[in-house]
Amino acid sequence: MRIQETIERKIAESLTPAHLEVINESHMHSVPPGSESHFKLVIVTDAFDGISRVRRHQQVHGILQKELKEDIHALSMQTMTPDEWTARGGEVMASPECLGGGKHDI
Amino acid sequence: MSDNPVFGRIQEDVNDNDVVLFMKGTPVFPQCGFSAALVQALTLLGVKFKGIDVLQDPSLREGIKEFSSWPTIPQLYVKGEFVGGCDIVREMYESGELGELMTNNGVETQSAA
Repeated sequence: MRIQETIERKIAESLTPAHLEVINESHMHSVPPGSESHFKLVIVTDAFDGISRVRRHQQVHGILQKELKEDIHALSMQTMTPDEWTARGGEVMASPECLGGGKHDI
Repeated sequence: MSDNPVFGRIQEDVNDNDVVLFMKGTPVFPQCGFSAALVQALTLLGVKFKGIDVLQDPSLREGIKEFSSWPTIPQLYVKGEFVGGCDIVREMYESGELGELMTNNGVETQSAA
């Protein structure tokens, strides 16, 4: 199974998100075409209610522990409750450009 | 806490400096877009910080991930507390929370806002 699909499945099963985007941003970085190394996640779920941002990210890190260790070089994410998502107007921050350093692992 | 020898050094750095950024490269020459984004946020706020280049030391590069229970670089510490990685700190910068956090911790900022 492709890594992107694995991420989608694991997040969907664990957090039952109201909105989920798994975006492969590998093409923005100096990796071969078709790579699955850099991902951005947008996760909107009630499960984040009352939980700090750091804890939310740690939850996701835990769910994707295996992929982070073996496959993914960089993982960017925005974690929101449905209310926070609405307040932002459904907008997502742009990811930073790659500067080429430390390519070999996270 | 494990007995990883690098933890003592990390603890000292976050105790001795109000604002510490563990990053790839240096504040002047960041080696990664995510690290550069945080240098920029801190610079725009006018916050003095210590940048620590994890690329200089493999034990630190791995150790900081375990120390913070956080699998990626960069990582920001304010007054000994882990604040977050790139996404969280950028969100906090955009919403104004990062400036508030600095002020609440007695860290000087130079932003006019």
